[in-house]
Amino acid sequence: MSDLVPFLVALPLVAAVVVLFAGLVRDRTGWPIAVLAGLGHVALAGYVAVLTFGDGRISYVVGGFESPYGIELVMDGLSAAVVVLIAAVSLGILAYARTAGPRSNAFYATYLLLVGGLTGVVVTGDVFNMYVFIEISGLTAYALVASGETGRSAVAALKYLIVGTVGASLYLLGVGYAYIGTGTLNVADLSVKLAEVGHASTLVQTAFAFIAIGLFIKVAVFPLHTWQPEAYAGAPDSVSGFIAALVSTTFAYALVRISLDVFTPAFFAEVELARTLLIAGAVVSIVAGSVLAVSQTEIKRMLAYSSVSQFGLVLAGLAIMNETALIGATVHLLGHAIMKGGLFLAAGLIATATGAREISEYEGLSERMPYAAGAFAVLAFSMVGVPPTLGFVGKFYIALGAVQAQLWPLAAVILASTLLTLAYFARLVERMYFREPAQSEPEPAATPDPQPDAMVADGGRPSLGMYAAVLAAAVLAAVLGAAVVPFAELLDPTLEVLLS
Amino acid sequence: MIDLAAGPVDLLATRSYYAGTFLLLGIGAYVMIASPNLVKKVIGLNVFQTGIFLFFITSAYVDGAANPVLEHAGPYVSPLPHVLILTAIVVGVSLTAVALGLIVRIYDEYGTLEADVLREVRTDE
Repeated sequence: MSDLVPFLVALPLVAAVVVLFAGLVRDRTGWPIAVLAGLGHVALAGYVAVLTFGDGRISYVVGGFESPYGIELVMDGLSAAVVVLIAAVSLGILAYARTAGPRSNAFYATYLLLVGGLTGVVVTGDVFNMYVFIEISGLTAYALVASGETGRSAVAALKYLIVGTVGASLYLLGVGYAYIGTGTLNVADLSVKLAEVGHASTLVQTAFAFIAIGLFIKVAVFPLHTWQPEAYAGAPDSVSGFIAALVSTTFAYALVRISLDVFTPAFFAEVELARTLLIAGAVVSIVAGSVLAVSQTEIKRMLAYSSVSQFGLVLAGLAIMNETALIGATVHLLGHAIMKGGLFLAAGLIATATGAREISEYEGLSERMPYAAGAFAVLAFSMVGVPPTLGFVGKFYIALGAVQAQLWPLAAVILASTLLTLAYFARLVERMYFREPAQSEPEPAATPDPQPDAMVADGGRPSLGMYAAVLAAAVLAAVLGAAVVPFAELLDPTLEVLLS
Repeated sequence: MIDLAAGPVDLLATRSYYAGTFLLLGIGAYVMIASPNLVKKVIGLNVFQTGIFLFFITSAYVDGAANPVLEHAGPYVSPLPHVLILTAIVVGVSLTAVALGLIVRIYDEYGTLEADVLREVRTDE
């Protein structure tokens, strides 16, 4: 049944074209078609994931050109989990975007293209094909960021475009080095041939350096994160939720895939510098991201800097390179998508209802919007890593892995990251629950809104779909921690292959 | 692989395309960072990407080899990097189009293309 794998990519792409053509006939047909496509995508991704966990590895050869000559699509446990995440989160955000988001058909077409591009990055087994999908995801993400109505989103999108393209180009340059050394682009073939060339050779090391730095930019590792706060804060609310949940997540997945599948742990064992690069990126990101998050006054910017710090943790899990830490990295990667996506959506929900976009405006929020404030608090605590939430389990495994590998300084930073995260979330929760609003509560319509969007113009009433998406994220973040142990068992065979 | 005994002059002469690649990468990166004009930043981006295209094409070059068309006698130039770069050029063109579209919107909104002026205008937001 490996024939189903290409449909994972093709379905959203075809649906995007359908949405565009439907827009020629009638306006605002984008949402129902996108939901249908999303439901189909979730069902397909779920089915393929079940097959993958049964078989261990599914491979599909595109166009009948046998690998390593043709493009191969490969699914293993890790990619199956990320594909299901992409399908589910993109469907969930559609529920939110019905009233909150831009509503044109062009928006939904771009949305579906981004889903297709991200899925492509995950399933492809060919490094150049991955570049193409990275650029598809990149282009559509820039367009989505620019879909806000203000000039701010256009500036943010242009900055994102320039920095993001440099990242993708560096990745391409790295692929070029690997190709010159080996004459192949297939992931499985590359890992064998790179080892034949010799991991210590300058060519291989340069290839890794370019690919890693390129993906660092895409993942937004400090100090290469500069595009991210601007892009997340400048985008419309549903878009920031979407790209914060999925885009960097997918590129972090790509980094894991390239590091473990193409370069293999043997490369890191031989080239100490490569591992140091990962560890340094992780440590600097965790600390600097948190410090920058504390210094922000705008909620969405704060959440964006928090992403820098959380992806440092995922990077740490990768750099430790034992099974426990990798389980932790995977769980935190998936969990971060749910938590951070939910937090951005909650921030958008609160902004829609009250116009509050600054931290100081959150005072006494729990009385005005008890459900939204509650969901925000649950997601924030999960991000901090309070047991038994999803965020706790991921961090716990990563820290445990670091201890097992006896990387004490890294273990200390990972544990400290919990406190650092608490530093910027605690003050928000404190404001929401333990402070009275500074003055008599202003009417929502009279609140000066720095970023008027379509929803406020409609009267500023958040819809049921918006609440549903936020509450679903909060419930998942609180409950899914219990599902991690069976998930780790499912993931076990995949990680053994990755680490061998 | 590189014959270091040949000296730097010979090395540059035989690897002039690789030198050109990294010259283009450097120029592109410099323009992107140093030029305050948004359009020039995009031009810098294009130069940067062109450097990478050249890098791939150079890697396919085989001295004295024929086009990869079956009527010629071998050895052939490797066709694969050309195909890859064709794809990458398409990606580059779309990126440029999106970037220029964004620049048009920024100009409509703020009436400037200079990054430093833009920063000043936007502090009032």
